[in-house]
Amino acid sequence: MTRAWLPLAIFAVLVAFLYKGLSLDPKNIPSPLINKPAPEFSLPRLYQPDEVLSKKDLLGRVWLMNVWASWCVACKQEHPVLMILAKKNIVPIVGLNYKDTNEKGKDWLKHGGNPYNVVLVDQDGRAGIDWGVYGVPESFLVDKKGMIRHKFTGPLTINSIENELLPLVRQLNQEPS
Amino acid sequence: MKRILLSLLMLLASAYSYAGIEVHTFSTSQQEADYKQLINELRCLVCQNQNIADSNADLAKDLRREIYGMISNGQNRDQIVTFMTDRYGDFVMYRPPFKPSTAVLWAGPFVLLGLGVIGLLLFIRKRKNMPVSDQISEADHTRAMGILDNDNDNKSNNS
Repeated sequence: MTRAWLPLAIFAVLVAFLYKGLSLDPKNIPSPLINKPAPEFSLPRLYQPDEVLSKKDLLGRVWLMNVWASWCVACKQEHPVLMILAKKNIVPIVGLNYKDTNEKGKDWLKHGGNPYNVVLVDQDGRAGIDWGVYGVPESFLVDKKGMIRHKFTGPLTINSIENELLPLVRQLNQEPS
Repeated sequence: MKRILLSLLMLLASAYSYAGIEVHTFSTSQQEADYKQLINELRCLVCQNQNIADSNADLAKDLRREIYGMISNGQNRDQIVTFMTDRYGDFVMYRPPFKPSTAVLWAGPFVLLGLGVIGLLLFIRKRKNMPVSDQISEADHTRAMGILDNDNDNKSNNS
């Protein structure tokens, strides 16, 4: 009788691992950029193409980098959430219009509203590579020293804003710049 | 005949229908070999079960272009691999480096094989030490004879 327990135990362990595997999201790859300095960038602004914004312009404040595109389906789902976040006026949101055309990007913001304090343009996706972007939308929370402290892969939700983003923003705002 | 020729032609054409079709020129054959090896070893993060050589995803195209640029600038394999893992993590490599977080991945199969071999040896040894005797008890003997008799009865009934 005891002999039957061993295969059963092995089977149970296997089932436990496989069951756990079902609830893991294969799209959620830990970013190596967490707690590292945000990549240097110097990108033109969507509405003032002659002006560029770079990382050092944003030092000294906590800000959210949101990578989006008009061709991205999940961004449509995220957009109203970003609008709500923008209304709270708790953290400045920098939009990175990733591999998009300026016309389509502007069109999108005209119709859905513009939650961004600044919109930057990354037409060839080069800045996206530096930020390790692989699935739009993605959001990065950057602290006062210009370090990436958290990454959200996929659309932000009311839930993730309330439970993850806002507590972290409050904490980072306490830190010295 | 025409049909056969046509289907042969189509077969030939199918050989060219893979994704990494950009035409690149390299200054040395070493660079070309490095490029081919890299795009075959790096995983596309959008379609995770393809390497960036096979993937048609936009990101894979961008990364091929990036890697081509770096190789043309004379950067070596290690520099490019570091560039990729700095941004996307070890996940981009189909052969991740051996370190504490990947130890189970690399050593796991050998550990399991070892456990299996040990289990098998124990089993064989146990079986060897089992007493084997050609004596059976009286009760077993009558039971066996009974079964054999029944069997013979059935046979004669059938025939």
